[in-house]
Amino acid sequence: MKRIGVFICWCGSNIAATVDIDKTIAAAKQMPGVVFADHNKYTCSELGQDMVKNAIKEHQLDRVVIGACSPRMHENTFRKTVEAAGLNPYYMEIANIREQCSWVHKDKETATGKAISLVRTAVAKAARNEALFSTEMPIERRALVIGGGIAGIQAALDIAETGFEVDLLEKEPSIGGRMAQLDKTFPTLDCSACILTPKMVDVAQHEKIRLITYSEVEKVEGYVGNFTVTIRNKARSVDMEKCTGCGDCMNKCPQKVSSEFEMGLAERRAIYTPFPQAVPNKPAIDRATCRWFTQEKCRVCEKICPTGAIDYDQVDEFITQRYGAIVVATGFDTHKLDKYGEYAYGKHPDVITSLEMERLFNASGPTGGKLLRPSNGKPPKNVAFIQCVGSRDKAKGNPYCAKICCMYTAKHAILLNEKVPGSKSFVFYIDVRTPGKDYEEFYNRAYEQHNATYIKGNVSKVFPDGDQLVVRSVDALSGALVELVVDMVVLATSVDARSDAKDLAQKLSITTNAHKFFNEAHPKLRPVETQTAGIFLAGVCQGPKDIPETVAQASAAAVKVASLLSKESLKSNPTIAEVDQKRCSGDMSCMAVCPYGAISEKIIEERRGRETVTRKIAEVNTALCQGCGACTVACRPGAINLKGFTNEQILAEVDAICL
Amino acid sequence: MKITTEKINSNLVRDVEEVSGQKVSACFQCGKCTGGCPVVWAMDIFPHQVLRYAQMGLIDELLHSKTLWICASCQTCDSRCPREVDIPKVIEALRLIIMREKGGNYLHPNDLPARVRENAPQQGLVSAFRKYAK
Repeated sequence: MKRIGVFICWCGSNIAATVDIDKTIAAAKQMPGVVFADHNKYTCSELGQDMVKNAIKEHQLDRVVIGACSPRMHENTFRKTVEAAGLNPYYMEIANIREQCSWVHKDKETATGKAISLVRTAVAKAARNEALFSTEMPIERRALVIGGGIAGIQAALDIAETGFEVDLLEKEPSIGGRMAQLDKTFPTLDCSACILTPKMVDVAQHEKIRLITYSEVEKVEGYVGNFTVTIRNKARSVDMEKCTGCGDCMNKCPQKVSSEFEMGLAERRAIYTPFPQAVPNKPAIDRATCRWFTQEKCRVCEKICPTGAIDYDQVDEFITQRYGAIVVATGFDTHKLDKYGEYAYGKHPDVITSLEMERLFNASGPTGGKLLRPSNGKPPKNVAFIQCVGSRDKAKGNPYCAKICCMYTAKHAILLNEKVPGSKSFVFYIDVRTPGKDYEEFYNRAYEQHNATYIKGNVSKVFPDGDQLVVRSVDALSGALVELVVDMVVLATSVDARSDAKDLAQKLSITTNAHKFFNEAHPKLRPVETQTAGIFLAGVCQGPKDIPETVAQASAAAVKVASLLSKESLKSNPTIAEVDQKRCSGDMSCMAVCPYGAISEKIIEERRGRETVTRKIAEVNTALCQGCGACTVACRPGAINLKGFTNEQILAEVDAICL
Repeated sequence: MKITTEKINSNLVRDVEEVSGQKVSACFQCGKCTGGCPVVWAMDIFPHQVLRYAQMGLIDELLHSKTLWICASCQTCDSRCPREVDIPKVIEALRLIIMREKGGNYLHPNDLPARVRENAPQQGLVSAFRKYAK
């Protein structure tokens, strides 16, 4: 017979106000195997833990049940407590009488009854708990950062500074990301490129950072400390070793294409770098538009290139590399406006998105930094800014707030007024949200000093009137109808997750929310970790955020990576699946459901009577198994068990509730 | 009631700011002035609306409002305004603008009854002329 000790926690009034502690203890004392039961105001406190340790020694307890909060909260705490008292940590069982009982019930009597049931369940399981042991796993001391925007750049630099090797992966020909497209940054109005490009150069020059541009993640295998990643290095058609970045090819290329970097407001060539300060500053051939690849003529770049770097025969290459940790920093897409016909975007050249506005402000942009109307090349006098385009729109856009638009629109209003003297902006808003250091003051500047009038009302119609645009709305504050004649309309376009975020999530075995932003492990206390150990998040791929927050999160992710890689070895999770060879029928249902590819076939020899026969059974790769338990449900003969959650243990719990 | 580009860009805001020395555009419509006004029950548009109408150039609506003449300049509002707008001064400026535009005097010394003229405190008379005469 086991000697079980039960410890009921008050959790202050969290549990004690709804559950009768004395009654629960009295009931626990009657449960089979229980030789000791007591209570404590805060069991997780040092005093509480000491009480558990002392009781284990004094009463020779060999199993411990803690009736307290969710195991997600303190399972590790109490495992360490019992381990310190000389027990195997997996001899400890938690009865969750807070989240699953006291917090969700009001009536004390029924809550007490439920608490007793939950404790009885935990006691039944604890009696069948077996000792489990972790194994030590080596760590590959190299990190992968996916995405070369400001988030990825910052994370890579910070990891490299701690001394670990980093690979920075970017799908475009250059790193820089969205921040490279911006003109000024709020709330200080420093030039985006001026603060970004030095970091890009640092990345290129850092001895610990390997830059892998024009590449994408193909496949991810393995687990924390030991990921194996296959990277597709897209054919650049330019030999990176030979190319000196002189740019002659780009000048002579006859094929002009709409530039993605300039948001379609300017053209690039088919052989191109996205922007002049590109890192690496070596072009790539866009095969979808290049005349050689589409029409089999031209080859001008090859003739021009002084170093013979053009290579039309390059093929995609695959790099396979092992990593200990991965940072995902893949950024965002801007919201598509096809459902917003009322704003006349795409129908009138003077209706533009805010990212297009950034390019019109930018000194290296299509207008050389002069703000000019796309329709007639004249400076605008009156400009309407429409907020929340595709944001806070449950019906046809994103239900969430894109978070950055209020601030960048205030910035646009200030820049407009500075660039075009006497100009005026009208900002149509639903709410103005400026939480952040110096943000409210920045917004105040826009309407106090820079001739911006804020109008509370969403615009319902934009239509041309001569060479101008009419904007219809209401001023909800005065109740007056608004009909303004303006020269330009700027749409504060919402922020979407990357369209391929789901694919990447699947490759990495991480999860996304309903809007395809990657999920953090805990919204408050584990904001940069994912539920998959060893994979971390930085930047907007986790949810809308501005540059300061992105940089902070990237540095936080870097610290998490560094603390992981600086460990000697990792302890494996012992609660993994185990196959009972005798029972396994070899139908491999388990293999089909395993999300981690941890189950494989194995041929064993068996003696049957006098003969030796061979047959197929399932085998679990202990390194790959994450202990999700899917296989145990799929197994018809009940041959596969999750250690720490065996069929026997679960059935004992069911019996304890039902019998 | 309709707001247009011309109305917002009219000289009203500039004039009010010049006469009152107050920043009308600074008001962000929190409504604290109206919430605390002791004579708000007699007003047709509320103090915060006066500011909004001025921002939006709704001059006609302001000209016809009783509020401007009901405000007693007790300064309860401006002592509480988070945006440092002295609302009585703004209302005073609006009154001045209206009167200057119309060129009319609403108070003439000869119209005052002798009893008032002789007994009312000098300070009261001066402020009455400031308020109602050009």
